[in-house]
Amino acid sequence: MLIFVLKRLASTIPVVLIAITACFFILRLAPGGPFDQERALPPEVLANLRAYYHLDDSLIVQYFRYLGRLAQLDLGPSFVTKDFTVARQIAIGLPYTLILGGSAFLLAIVGGIVAGVYGALYHNRSADWMIGAIAMTGLVVPNFLVAPILQLVFGVRLGWLPVGGWGDGSPRFLLLPVIVLALPHIARISRLMRGSLIETMNSNFIKTATAKGIGRRRVVLNHALRPALTPVVSYLGPAAGYLLTGSIVVEQIFGIPGIGRYFVNAALNRDYGMVLGTVIFYMALIVLLNLLVDLAYAWLDPKVRQR
Amino acid sequence: MGFSFKTFTGALALSTLLALGSAHAKELVMYNGGDVTSLDPHKLSGDWEDRVEGDIFEGLFTEDAKAKPIPGVAESYETSEDGLTWTFKLRDDAKWSDGEPVTAEDFVFAFKRLMDPKTAAQYAYLQYPIKNAEAINTGKIDDLDQLGVKAVDDKTLEITLEQPVPYYPSLLTHYTAYPVPKHLIDKVGDEWVQIANIVTDGPYKPVEWVPGSHVLTAKNEHWHGGTEKLDIDGVRFLSMEDVSAGFRRYQAGEIDLMTDYPKDQFKFIQENLPGQGHFAPFAGLYYYVFNTSKPPFDDAKVREALSLAVNREVIGPKVLGSGEPAAYGWVPPGMNNYPEEGARFDWAEEPYPQRLEKAKALLQEAGYGPDKPLNVTLSYNTNDNHKRVAVAVAAMWKPLGVNVSLENTEVKVHYANLRQGAFEVARAGWLADFNDPVNFLDLLKSGIEMNYGQWSNQDYNQLLDEAAKTQDLDQRAGMLEKAEKIALDADAALPIYFYLSENIVSPKIEGFEDNVFDKHRTRWLSMTE
Amino acid sequence: MTLYVGKREALEDAFIGRDDEMPRGKPRSVTRDAMRRLRANKAAMAALFVFAFIVLAAIFGPYLIPYDYETPDWNAFTAPPSIESGHYFGTDQNGRDLLARTLYGTRVSLLVALIATAVSVFVGVLYGAVSGFAGGRIDAAMMRFVDVMYALPYILFVILLMVMFGRNVFLLFAAIGLLEWLTMARIVRGQTLSLKEKEFVEAARAAGVSSFPIILRHIVPNLVGPVVIYASLTIPEIVITESFLSYLGFGVQEPLTSLGTLISEGTDAIGAADWLLFFPGGVLVTMLLALAFIGDGLRDAFDPKDR
Repeated sequence: MLIFVLKRLASTIPVVLIAITACFFILRLAPGGPFDQERALPPEVLANLRAYYHLDDSLIVQYFRYLGRLAQLDLGPSFVTKDFTVARQIAIGLPYTLILGGSAFLLAIVGGIVAGVYGALYHNRSADWMIGAIAMTGLVVPNFLVAPILQLVFGVRLGWLPVGGWGDGSPRFLLLPVIVLALPHIARISRLMRGSLIETMNSNFIKTATAKGIGRRRVVLNHALRPALTPVVSYLGPAAGYLLTGSIVVEQIFGIPGIGRYFVNAALNRDYGMVLGTVIFYMALIVLLNLLVDLAYAWLDPKVRQR
Repeated sequence: MGFSFKTFTGALALSTLLALGSAHAKELVMYNGGDVTSLDPHKLSGDWEDRVEGDIFEGLFTEDAKAKPIPGVAESYETSEDGLTWTFKLRDDAKWSDGEPVTAEDFVFAFKRLMDPKTAAQYAYLQYPIKNAEAINTGKIDDLDQLGVKAVDDKTLEITLEQPVPYYPSLLTHYTAYPVPKHLIDKVGDEWVQIANIVTDGPYKPVEWVPGSHVLTAKNEHWHGGTEKLDIDGVRFLSMEDVSAGFRRYQAGEIDLMTDYPKDQFKFIQENLPGQGHFAPFAGLYYYVFNTSKPPFDDAKVREALSLAVNREVIGPKVLGSGEPAAYGWVPPGMNNYPEEGARFDWAEEPYPQRLEKAKALLQEAGYGPDKPLNVTLSYNTNDNHKRVAVAVAAMWKPLGVNVSLENTEVKVHYANLRQGAFEVARAGWLADFNDPVNFLDLLKSGIEMNYGQWSNQDYNQLLDEAAKTQDLDQRAGMLEKAEKIALDADAALPIYFYLSENIVSPKIEGFEDNVFDKHRTRWLSMTE
Repeated sequence: MTLYVGKREALEDAFIGRDDEMPRGKPRSVTRDAMRRLRANKAAMAALFVFAFIVLAAIFGPYLIPYDYETPDWNAFTAPPSIESGHYFGTDQNGRDLLARTLYGTRVSLLVALIATAVSVFVGVLYGAVSGFAGGRIDAAMMRFVDVMYALPYILFVILLMVMFGRNVFLLFAAIGLLEWLTMARIVRGQTLSLKEKEFVEAARAAGVSSFPIILRHIVPNLVGPVVIYASLTIPEIVITESFLSYLGFGVQEPLTSLGTLISEGTDAIGAADWLLFFPGGVLVTMLLALAFIGDGLRDAFDPKDR
């Protein structure tokens, strides 16, 4: 098992390297530089700045210098937030992103499974239709539209919840952003769960169990749920990637200092080190999550375990 | 992968600390726009940083509630006959927040550090009036000691200038002229600016900084003015880019002061939040640059035609909605050492239809007409306001038979293009750094980086150079006004409107005075619970 | 490395595992069967009509209304919807007719989605078919490359591409199509693996037809089912990606517009000019809902065991 995990982790290194290389060069080839701004700098000052950050060397030299530093676990300076290195900023932002993303992930799984099971049990009845309709809406309404509306309703009009900010990190502050982030995934998971559970319930071994006179509730919980979970689990890998997309928007609208909004800002600011730092971190997160998902998958499906 | 376990646990500890953070008695929460990039006054560039920095540092001069320069760390000063040597007597009770005295040596050290090319300070050029400053900053002189700043004794500072500068006190309120704590930097180097180390000499000091979230300040008990003079205990400067989300937080009472607002909500604010929207003239110009090095924009007739056709009366009140004043001149009204109005376009008072006819005739003279339409690419950096103005201007040019293609790029690309002259007509803007018209007139001087359009006129340059040497303020103002007129007559660029400062201020806050520099230091504000 | 194992396998299972159920002989009957089943699906048919209406409106609508999408009405800035003025959807902040802009925006959004989907289908089908048909080490290498691509944080690359192609949205979406073909390629490869054992392929090969013509003439036409389903899932995804990028400030160049751009402008005006959000938002949500139902219907039609 450990060897499997280690092998998997080792095999991600080339992927990360490819991503770093691609990001590095795409970003450098993009027009505009970190010091282009509303107030043009005198050429001498610009030269000072570029020398200060070693941007005056050739691209290849800079690339290998970056890799060299990376090997020493140094992500370099940020051109924008100059008092913090990239690593410090990520270290500060990461807990917020992890708490936000983690909560949304959990909510999506629990909410999605519960809604899906409910929908399957009341197959083709009004409750099922209701859940289906809500799930569909959750899927198609973009989160940057849901977020302001929830803020307006629950924050401004009703005054029940804070509109934004992290505050003291209590659930009150987390509720809206987590819901916004989780919504499309609750929807997708509930649809997957429903479909797969209906199919499982129609399979022979469940029919046998029911015929034996085991209660419906017990059949579902003890027999049908586990095999029906397979497609849900396989969705969780990509879901991690989608959560990252969502967190960019959610962190921005709710003013949460996670690393999601750094990425966009850093790309726009041509803060090269920061972009690469976030890419590396997001890749690490996604790889880790996928590893967990695959482990869970192996637990659910013996066929995979034997491979 | 790339950060140590220590920093990670540090961050966790920090976030738990935040969770436990005690509520301030009187904490002002401010929507402050972008992320503060540094607390080091030599490494800043934005007005949102100035709001923080101006609260925690104090220069020789500082601003009053109306942003007029008043003595800060300087107790008194003398100017030599020729206006070149300024001698400042520093306050005896000026102290850093660790209790160390603020000395003349701190200022000398700060100015040298600012000009040192190794510091790579972006705004060093603002203090180029100091003797030898430019030569040192651009590497022509290696010896930092040649800089015209001297500590006569602990509390006496002498600054020598290249040329007399009538607006020098205003320039000294700028963050590039703040002192930095030499005793601390000698000890810890660049780390001095870390929140655990930093000491400041302003009425407030920073106590917490979470990048991407906020900077929090608290009273500086060593400040010479005394903490009892400060009503507000500290400010939470929020970094937020989404102004609409910020405004919702304001509506819910989570934010006390917005330094920007969503344009679409103007009417809503006027109707539902009476007295809270502060929209006041601001020393800033919104303009379009013509690339005069490229035909057809080297032709003054084309430039004039395009300028004539812009109906500026519509832009502020209708397109933007908040009523920005139309710009028929180059220098915003309300600048020091200058007549209130300054020069204006000759045609400023003409009715629009007449101007439109004139514009058509001019274009025809320049050789453009129905069979040879003028094609213009209008570039702007991605932003809602810029988009609206560009769309409106494009529609105003259309009746002239001009085909406009709009091109928006992100801000970095936009300014890279401007710098390289890769544009035809492009949006630009300028906010005053100090209270004097040369701030704006310099934008059109030859050889200045900000003169993106490369417009060049020897008479104009000469007038500015002469004015720089003139000590008599009235005479100087006359020269500058003449220069402004030259630029307007030649349509060097296309001024559109003068900025408004836009603040939404909670009724809890008192002492908020609108001013042309949009500077509202917290020491002048008070807040009711 | 095997990332997204689950998602892939679920999709592959759906298409490859079906092998036995597939009627032998001319595979076109599969399509005909599917169409019959699709016509019987009321929800999907209704969605199809709605979608067709939106598409037709987007294509022909602009010619039928009194205002164009770029000329300001100097007398009506941010004017609410009104019958008398002829601005049935009201006007935007520049005095332009919102109905015209919404129609145009729909057109652009659809076009952009079409471009990206077409690119992803083209690349995915070709890549998957070649990989599956070639088999052996070529296949292994080609699929290994897909694995690598899967691990890249997709949205981060989209943002980087946006930084590069900021000026040209159509180019940008062609580039996005180049990132979206991975799942397509996996599905097509799986299908091809089973197809190439079929008699008609064997026959063609025995007749001496070389590999590439076989792929084009015999394999690709038999991939219609999965390709259509997957494409129907890709279109709404691209529409959402487009609106997401618009929200981040990277919409199409003015005076053109897209649904995403209109909505992100509209969210700023909530409470002050609700119609700016309501109409484009309504069209987007309706369109995505319709597409979701169509996608579901197609999947059910081609893969009847799912329900």
